[in-house]
Amino acid sequence: MTVRYGFAYLDEQTKRMIRRALLKAVAVPGYQVPFGSREMPLSYGWGTGGVQVTASVIGPDDVLKVIDQGADDTTNAVSIRQFFARTTGVATTTRTAEATLIQTRHRIPETPLREGQIVVFQVPIPEPLRWLEPRETETRTMHALEEYGVMHVRLYEDITRHGRVAQTYEYPVIVDGRYLMRPSPIPKFDNPKLDRSPALMLFGAGREKRVYAVPPWTAVKSLDFDDHPFEIEHWDRPCDLCGARGAFLDELIVDDQGGRLFICSDTDYCAGRRAAAPPAAS
Amino acid sequence: MYVAVKGGERAIDNAHRLLAEERRGDLTIPELTLEQIDQQLALAVDRVMTEGSLHDRALAALAVKQARGDLVEAIFLLRAYRTTLPRLGVSLPIDTGAMVVQRRVSAIFKDVPGGQILGPTFDYTHRLLDFDLAVPAALRAAGTPGAASTPAAAGATNGGGPDDASLPRVMDLLDGEGLIESEPAPDPGHRVGDLTREPLTFPAGRDVRLQNLARGDEGFLLAMGYATQRGYGRNHPFAGEIRQGEVAVSLAPEELGFPIDIASITVTECQMVNQFKGSATAPAQFTRGYGLVFGGAERKAMAMALVDRALRARELGETPASPTQDEEFVLSHSDSVEAQGFVQHLKLPHYVDFQSELVLVRDLRAGHGSRSPKA
Repeated sequence: MTVRYGFAYLDEQTKRMIRRALLKAVAVPGYQVPFGSREMPLSYGWGTGGVQVTASVIGPDDVLKVIDQGADDTTNAVSIRQFFARTTGVATTTRTAEATLIQTRHRIPETPLREGQIVVFQVPIPEPLRWLEPRETETRTMHALEEYGVMHVRLYEDITRHGRVAQTYEYPVIVDGRYLMRPSPIPKFDNPKLDRSPALMLFGAGREKRVYAVPPWTAVKSLDFDDHPFEIEHWDRPCDLCGARGAFLDELIVDDQGGRLFICSDTDYCAGRRAAAPPAAS
Repeated sequence: MYVAVKGGERAIDNAHRLLAEERRGDLTIPELTLEQIDQQLALAVDRVMTEGSLHDRALAALAVKQARGDLVEAIFLLRAYRTTLPRLGVSLPIDTGAMVVQRRVSAIFKDVPGGQILGPTFDYTHRLLDFDLAVPAALRAAGTPGAASTPAAAGATNGGGPDDASLPRVMDLLDGEGLIESEPAPDPGHRVGDLTREPLTFPAGRDVRLQNLARGDEGFLLAMGYATQRGYGRNHPFAGEIRQGEVAVSLAPEELGFPIDIASITVTECQMVNQFKGSATAPAQFTRGYGLVFGGAERKAMAMALVDRALRARELGETPASPTQDEEFVLSHSDSVEAQGFVQHLKLPHYVDFQSELVLVRDLRAGHGSRSPKA
């Protein structure tokens, strides 16, 4: 029972089908395109959508980077990187600057992206209106009619209850002035990186069988109000390893006395800064 | 360490090695063969083939072995293999009327042409642990005739045993009298949907719905079907006919121009007779619910028929009032491979999103009043 698989695991017909869906997604920024998602040899929820998108666009000359929570060495990132190394033989890297293709879960790298790069997001629930309306038939109609008032009401209710919008990740955005989009569960900290990015952003939701896209240089606006402008998270301390300010920090609990370490969630960014300069005095 | 900050690669390799070791278990116990699983855990193989949407006993047995008996995991393994297979052709619809019947029961007539054929069923067994089975037959006293092997002349309650002549379907007898809605005539122009190739959209046609239910998790369908019986979308079901046996699978290659049999498979079919309807313009008629599975997964076939009927609510002019009648609810959540993945993905790291929530909750608490939170 020996079985051989094609380049990047998927057969060419399937890859073509997904590329067609992606072309439509790029042509209609932020619109969720249904596609014939396949069962993959990794579990739903582990990035099957992202893996199918990556498999469809990857070529032998690509250099692949895979991150989960911003880190190249989390178990699932390692697993997906190995999967593509095995099924394509392409070069892999942890350096954001060297990568042509970056598959990510929950983060956008801190290092600014450049033209020609593709970022593939793993998306669990693509529908931004899902928690407000569970029915797909309804939400598709709402998108068609650009009926997004409920989302504004939802944000407004946060303000009346908490004095501010209490959405911290998968913060809703309007793409190209038209479609409401859920930017996968990236923290809202990363939302500004979507706006007019030089890189192509592709989103794949395998279990929900949808792809969508933000083409390069497309306007992506996080929903807000004139008197409550969109804000991102701030930390009042730098990274404990590289001294970076203005990067997204992960909190590590280091002992049972309340001891905490704050370090960059983007491991490549942090390592690069430490290699370039001695750590900031703390 | 769970969050492998470094060394995720080695951790994964080690986990896989440990898994392989656990799978094999005690090396002094003989290893299971696929033939043993196929023959002696046949219903596990049937379920894996049904929900895995692939009729291949050897591969399903392999999946059961590899999954250490976890059938949902085995179904996943088989599905992930199936998805890579080329589509060489589409078979003709199987004809369950021409089935070589091994079991056939109808709950709506005391006797039916061809008789009731009990076949190999658990139904009337007393669920007493059979301690004799604890010892392999070969090791049991060799001198007890018939203890080990009487390939049951599976008693028919009426008439003879399994017969070569095909048995008329009970539903066709009702249909002949016009008492039950007729099945829509097959439309050769209609391409049967395939939700492994195209995403599920709503409203779903009955073809896609039945495919979804056939692949759906048995436990989920059992609970949904049970709920219809308890009043959540009740549809007054009767088991019109359950039949299990072998049917031929035929293919009509274009270049040949006539059908050829390519396989013979065992299936179980359940036809439910449900709540009648009628109106000023149409006389009263019973309605149908349908279930079909590979092998002897009879409980699943029955649950499937109940749920199929419940989901026909709108089509039949009933007002859907229960989740069991809501096709988006049922069809979107029936698949065990999808469900197990999304539930279990909560094991993956979510510390970036959680950090965002921590930052917010601390801010909200800081601004909440006099109580200052610990730094």
